[in-house]
Amino acid sequence: MNAVSNDGSGGASPPATGGTVTMTYVQALNEALREEMERDPTVFVMGEDIAVWGGGGVFGVTKGLVDIFGPERIRDTPISEAGFTGVGLGAALTGMRPVVEYMYADFMMVAMDQIANQAAKIRYMFGGKARVPLVLRTQEGAGRGNGPQHSQSLEAWFTHIPGLKVAVPSTPADAKGLLKMAIRDDNPVVFLEHKLLYGKKGEVPVGEHLVPFGRANVLREGRHVTVVGVHITNDHALEAAEILAPEGIELEVVDPRTLVPYDREAVAASVRKTGRLIAVHQAPERVGVAAEIIQCAIEDAFDYLDAPPMRLCAANMPVPYAKTLEDADLPQVADIVGAARRLMSGRSVTTAGSR
Amino acid sequence: MADQRPQGKTNAAGGRSPKAGGRKAKAAKLVETTGLRPDELIGLLQRMMLIREFEEECARLYRAGRIRGVTHTYQGQEAVAVGVCSTLNVSDFITSTHRGHAHVIAKGGDVNLMMAELLGKATGYCKGRGGSMHIADMSQGILGANGIVGGGMGIAVGAALSSKMLGRDTVAVCFFGDGAMNQGILHEVSNIAACWNLPVVFLCENNFYGMSASVEDTLACKEMNLAGRAAAYDIPAATCDGMDVIDVHLATRAAVERARGGGGPSYVVCTTYRFLGHHVGDPLTYRDKSAVDPWRLRDPIPNFAGRLVADNLATREQVDRWEAEAKDAIARALAFAEESPDPDPSNLTEDVFA
Ligand SMILES: Cc1ncc(C[n+]2csc(CCOP(=O)(O)OP(=O)(O)O)c2C)c(N)n1
Ligand SMILES: [Mg+2]
Repeated sequence: MNAVSNDGSGGASPPATGGTVTMTYVQALNEALREEMERDPTVFVMGEDIAVWGGGGVFGVTKGLVDIFGPERIRDTPISEAGFTGVGLGAALTGMRPVVEYMYADFMMVAMDQIANQAAKIRYMFGGKARVPLVLRTQEGAGRGNGPQHSQSLEAWFTHIPGLKVAVPSTPADAKGLLKMAIRDDNPVVFLEHKLLYGKKGEVPVGEHLVPFGRANVLREGRHVTVVGVHITNDHALEAAEILAPEGIELEVVDPRTLVPYDREAVAASVRKTGRLIAVHQAPERVGVAAEIIQCAIEDAFDYLDAPPMRLCAANMPVPYAKTLEDADLPQVADIVGAARRLMSGRSVTTAGSR
Repeated sequence: MADQRPQGKTNAAGGRSPKAGGRKAKAAKLVETTGLRPDELIGLLQRMMLIREFEEECARLYRAGRIRGVTHTYQGQEAVAVGVCSTLNVSDFITSTHRGHAHVIAKGGDVNLMMAELLGKATGYCKGRGGSMHIADMSQGILGANGIVGGGMGIAVGAALSSKMLGRDTVAVCFFGDGAMNQGILHEVSNIAACWNLPVVFLCENNFYGMSASVEDTLACKEMNLAGRAAAYDIPAATCDGMDVIDVHLATRAAVERARGGGGPSYVVCTTYRFLGHHVGDPLTYRDKSAVDPWRLRDPIPNFAGRLVADNLATREQVDRWEAEAKDAIARALAFAEESPDPDPSNLTEDVFA
């Protein structure tokens, strides 16, 4: 999670052109793809079952796009993740701006050589003489009973590989604005959606709406505990904030929006205000992004901390199938509520290994 | 196929029946049989000489401890790189391998910048960030050597996809070895290239070994030979004599023309041999010391020089002079590299992102 300044991320977001409309996260992604494909003929989407299946993708992100852009630009591939990742990379190096879709983040593991050894390193290995405008889009996360090979949250893997940018939108507006930004980026971007967020509704700016990478978003302001979440755990934090408000405990919910580049200053600023930090994600605890979020905060705002930071993550185990097990594995709203109360009572208990 | 003795007319050890066949040019009448101009034919020899001298210098530098890591040289296989790249335009693409110096030189790479990269200098192709296995030149369509066996295969097919989607007539050539034949991604991208009818040539250099693993022990389709695998994708394939620059040129030219004309992908397998170890310092424990002898007799450089002389396209004196010129060019490259500054650690993290 490089600091923003090292990543040369984009400038300020230009103003939206013409108000907002309510739409779902999946509709916002679809709109981003359509707008970018209309704007730039070198943008195309490639992946499994994205054109014909169900009218456009297993989750509907590419719905209807093949009717507008045709099968050349909404390109169904064979079931060959390593192969079509490499093909996307080669196309990116030679004039196209591919958006490669993986049905599940878990399937990206099949393509890790192409992602980690090739796409991420090519620019550096070539002494800065190549550009890799490549978006690797997928959905991750648990909560739907998809079982161990279809529920992983793999953001830490990609965050750890230098040369990849990593986006984790949690709102419809960010889904649109970050995806448009990712497509215009000249670097490989791993764009991680969350399967439980596709139906989430929100206000989305009409037309040109770009969310710069490396700018966290304060989803809710509060004075007592900073909660930094990834994806759906931000929604959990907002729910927890509602529950805690009557007790006089205020949560400040900070969504980093991108993990590379990472807006460590925004989190530090929040922690300087609240003195308390909880990092939450659905990925397993061990060497997860929460550890990095906490370490950065310790480095940046140690003197302001009133209690040891906490992390609420999945246990160090595969994601189970049955609802009772999956719920027990994942951090829940109640876990955030409980952690915030503990921090406020001054009796901090680390959850490491306890789940 | 498993027979590792060379096949061809100068084969003193008497390999299996020659299979180069009708495409093989006669010693005389090179101009007529190839359609290449005399200067183009001479250029093939000069390029091979430049590669040989580069690799010899490379081995010396490595042994002297002046090249870090590992470095894989190409002595013996020069006819392949030169034969293939002589069929390509500047705007065409190649992807290369861990044994990539020759591909870069043959495609138009600059030996000064290459040598500087090997010595880890700021003026090197990759500013000292890549080293031997990552040399690339985007301006020459060289999409990189690769430290991962099979790593460039998808990239080559992607370059072919760009060509098709952008309506260009460029072709991509994907170099890889017999060992890389067994990487899964080759199956994936061969299938993709065939399904999408992409302008790519899968160019296999069969030097009979991937490190110590012989084709004999590690390739399942012995009955079919390497090129036989292409049939599984409905991709046409040719096997050519990788010790003969003309045979390589003609076989590749047919595949490149086919690709450029919209005919889709091809496989070309070049049968060749690396005279030396897998990398400089390889003790060659897996190969009979004498196995190389018949191949040395088929050394592509003196043999092709002999054909140019026999065809009255060159004199012995000219051949000697060209060799001396190649040595000079490499000496200048080394001097350039030696005079170049080391990379400045203050820009260590530059170029990770655009
Ligand atoms: C994925 C991967 N596996 C193993 C290696 C180690 N390795 C480097 S070169 C090589 C042999 C490759 O053989 P071949 O493709 O025949 O090429 P050659 O060395 O003969 O030119 C091996 C095993 C590697 N670099 N990458
Ligand atoms: Mg080999």
